[in-house]
Amino acid sequence: MPIIQVNNLSKVFGKNTKAALQLAESGKTKEEILKETGSTVGVNRASFEVEAGEIFVIMGLSGSGKSTLVRLINRLIEPTTGDVFIEGENLAKMDKKELRRVRREKLSMVFQRFGLFPNRTILQNAEYGLEVQGVDKQERAEKAKKSLELVGLGGYLEQYPGQLSGGMQQRVGLARALANDPEVLLMDEAFSALDPLIRKDMQDELLDLQESMKKTILFITHDLDEALRIGDRIALMKDGNIVQIGTPEEILMNPANSYVEKFVEDVDRAKVLTAHQIMKRPETINIDKHGPRVALERMREAGLSSIFVVDSKRTLQGIITADAANEARKNEVTNLSEIIQREVPTVEKDTQLHDLFAVIHDSPVPLAVTENGKLLGIIVRGAVIGALAGEGEVNVNA
Amino acid sequence: MLNFMENVKSLPVAEWISDFVDLLTDTFSFLFDPIKDGLGNFMDMVTQGLDAIPPVIFILVIAILAFFMTGKKFGLAIFSIVGLLFIWNQELWSELMDTFTLVLTASILCVIIGIPIGILMSKSKIAEAIITPILDFMQTMPAFVYLIPAVAFFSIGVVPGIFASLIFATPPTVRFTNLGIRQVSDELVEAADAFGSTGPQKLFKVELPMAKYTIMAGINQTVMLALSMVVIASMIGAPGLGREVLSSLQRAQVGPGFVAGLSIVVLAIIIDRFTQNVYKDKSK
Repeated sequence: MPIIQVNNLSKVFGKNTKAALQLAESGKTKEEILKETGSTVGVNRASFEVEAGEIFVIMGLSGSGKSTLVRLINRLIEPTTGDVFIEGENLAKMDKKELRRVRREKLSMVFQRFGLFPNRTILQNAEYGLEVQGVDKQERAEKAKKSLELVGLGGYLEQYPGQLSGGMQQRVGLARALANDPEVLLMDEAFSALDPLIRKDMQDELLDLQESMKKTILFITHDLDEALRIGDRIALMKDGNIVQIGTPEEILMNPANSYVEKFVEDVDRAKVLTAHQIMKRPETINIDKHGPRVALERMREAGLSSIFVVDSKRTLQGIITADAANEARKNEVTNLSEIIQREVPTVEKDTQLHDLFAVIHDSPVPLAVTENGKLLGIIVRGAVIGALAGEGEVNVNA
Repeated sequence: MLNFMENVKSLPVAEWISDFVDLLTDTFSFLFDPIKDGLGNFMDMVTQGLDAIPPVIFILVIAILAFFMTGKKFGLAIFSIVGLLFIWNQELWSELMDTFTLVLTASILCVIIGIPIGILMSKSKIAEAIITPILDFMQTMPAFVYLIPAVAFFSIGVVPGIFASLIFATPPTVRFTNLGIRQVSDELVEAADAFGSTGPQKLFKVELPMAKYTIMAGINQTVMLALSMVVIASMIGAPGLGREVLSSLQRAQVGPGFVAGLSIVVLAIIIDRFTQNVYKDKSK
């Protein structure tokens, strides 16, 4: 069962909500509806599900309704219509008391401008969620300390937010959200107010934390690079509508429409694509079965000057060049292990394109892409350049 | 044609109000009398208590407080000593204590009444729409006008003086409380809500602490306005420095009038600096 399930969730700001919703359903744009009814459609029939342990990114430009959407989920903004299920409980239809319970136990939020209480110390800030639940003083201090240590701020308990840098303040925000051990973390542009280097650190740290915590995270951002970096799946929003939901690869490779296409156009592909996605199926020979003659024959057929050697379990053994094979045939050597070059430039399948440049630049032979020592594919220089240029040769499902 | 008003009888508004006040006086005398007695006795007690303190000790205590409250600076402490010694020297000490009691009581009542009303205003648009014009009315209506019903309700003395001060001095506390709470940043309010705070938790843990400095600015204004009412209140029998000013006025005595006036100024400055420093944001 998904942890978060959102069904047909809509929000109209203004008075004439019914008319505006009807117009939205008939496919009118935000501007047209505003003109006709004087109401603004914040979110239009959003539906999606988030599985346990998933980082689900909602991404869009300002005004796309992403911040409204996240606030509809914990009902900081009242939905006009639609349902929000958190572990099967419908938040949209709850009374205030129930809502408060769910907010305390299952949902925590991290804010763009941190939302720390300036009159409270770091520890007191981290304690806030537990404090309003009525957890006794010692227990909440302990839990808050633990979660502050988790984000690396164990030494700042008695400081005030104003004394900390932006990145540290947001760590406090994160610690506060984690202190009451919620199922779901709502992160509203949590890293957008930080400068780029710190932002990257925080993204890494969030991913590290996620490895051990396995929370369900709903992450809002306007930064596509950030979305692609941390998202397991991404929902793209425009004018209150969800335009596409998919994995980062799906969004990059198969943009649902021209809006998404335009969006992903400027993405730094070098940071998104991995070796796995641009490799080709390799020509190989089996060290246990074949000799130099087969090697030469295969190279001639495929028009190669070298060929990768594997064993019967497809574990990479090395590479043989055409020259070496020729020599071996002349000298009547039959065992490939005598002429094999064991040193082969190798990359793991998750290596980013970005990190391939240096390796492939120095290498006279193609790169081997491996997973646990097994040869999965090879990368030639042309494939890297092609992928950077956005050519369609990339095999998404490889 | 242009003089059509000549043919219209003037509305008997004055009579209506008189009748209304009479009605209030008659109906609620069971309420007004105990208030008058209770408050009167309370203030007598406070004044007696203050009078029992030897002026030297009183001045010293004020000076020491001033020294520490202003962050260990001598300015206000020295001013307090010189100013209060002057008042003592002019034999206005007991009048000073009367006035101090009046201002203190009126201010405390203003704060007790004003802050909850301000909170109500900040939480409800309807309450704000209703209360704002009432506050405008209270602040712009000449103070002399409500001295008359004050006397009708509480007869002559210090209590109607307090009543008049309340009407005149409460609005700033109400307005600043409302403003302070409304100024708390949206994100902090959202954070409080998102973590499941109840209404009172949000108010006491987030909104009031954040609005503290704004509310204190309002209270400072309230105290100053209460002080400015002492002369007017003396017209209906409130004792103190105001009465000295009034009697000097009636007898055209320039000198004593100025001395009493100067004493009020000294008191005003000391109270103002004190209230400003109570909750000054030390981190700024």
